[in-house]
Amino acid sequence: MGRIEETMNSIKSIQIRRALSQAITLGIMLASALIVWKTLICITGSESPIVVVLTGSMEPGIKKGDILLLHMSKDPIRAGEIVVFNVEGRDIPIVHRVIKVHELQYTGEVDVLTKGDNNPVDDIGLYAHGQLWLQRHHILGRVVGFLPYFGWATIIMNEKPIIKYVLVGALGLLAVTSKD
Amino acid sequence: MHSFGYRANALLTFSVMVLALMCAMASLSDNLNSPSPSANVQVLKVNRFQKSTQGNDEVSMTLNISANLQSLFTWNTKQVFVFLAAEYETPKNSLNQVSLWDGIIPSIEHAKFSIHTTNKYRFTDQGSNLRGKEYDLTLHWHVMPKTGKMFADKLVMTGFRLPEEYR
Repeated sequence: MGRIEETMNSIKSIQIRRALSQAITLGIMLASALIVWKTLICITGSESPIVVVLTGSMEPGIKKGDILLLHMSKDPIRAGEIVVFNVEGRDIPIVHRVIKVHELQYTGEVDVLTKGDNNPVDDIGLYAHGQLWLQRHHILGRVVGFLPYFGWATIIMNEKPIIKYVLVGALGLLAVTSKD
Repeated sequence: MHSFGYRANALLTFSVMVLALMCAMASLSDNLNSPSPSANVQVLKVNRFQKSTQGNDEVSMTLNISANLQSLFTWNTKQVFVFLAAEYETPKNSLNQVSLWDGIIPSIEHAKFSIHTTNKYRFTDQGSNLRGKEYDLTLHWHVMPKTGKMFADKLVMTGFRLPEEYR
């Protein structure tokens, strides 16, 4: 009886140690992902340096499911640039092209009008009620590059949340059952 | 170390890294291209030049836009977005850029074109400063790659002037 108790205690302590070290490994992975994300925000000067395209309003150049790389410099905003902007009252940012710019003398403040390449009309209908122009503070960043199709994983996980849970569950199972 | 899970994970990570690297190299190959585009724009007629009910000047004009942008295309080019903007200065604004027309060039076959059109978007001022105004017509092009870095450039054509009087 004593021997069985001894064996059980030693097995339990090994399992606790293993569980703790796996928890720490998971924590390190999450922390490094966060560090990479925050560094990207610092380097690109944009609050959301990577966005996934959700609509087809910029097709055929930028399709739903593409990932856009953003950068926000102090350079003035000029016609033709593809920008990502927020409108009061909407939580999803919009990615469209600047078609009109009016820049004030001396202050450099701008009034900007945008339009999706694939849309028949400009974005006035998307702005807040009574708003005719975007200002610099609405704009999150300029699109400088893009990766096609890489964003579909995010879209699928948003549209069918069950897949998110299945993935996280599978990863968790993998971490716990790994014999290392 | 040799379980299915580890192997699948290693394979997935490696393939994503390789794909990303290939995208980066494809994008870098675009730098080897040295484009030599040409363009010419004429304002054939000013159709309408009025002050709108909001008090802003508005112009409608017929343009002839011809350009050869074939040298912009590389194997990594998905499309070229081209637009013509009227650019001018007013006492209130140091710069006004108003897009008059834009188009998408999906392939190199369509990159040499000549079109006759009225302005697609309203040429409106903030205010009524356009009578007799000298302005540039700038053809901008944005090359959108299949993957990677987008780049843009423009051709400025000066010497245009709006009529002194409304019509």
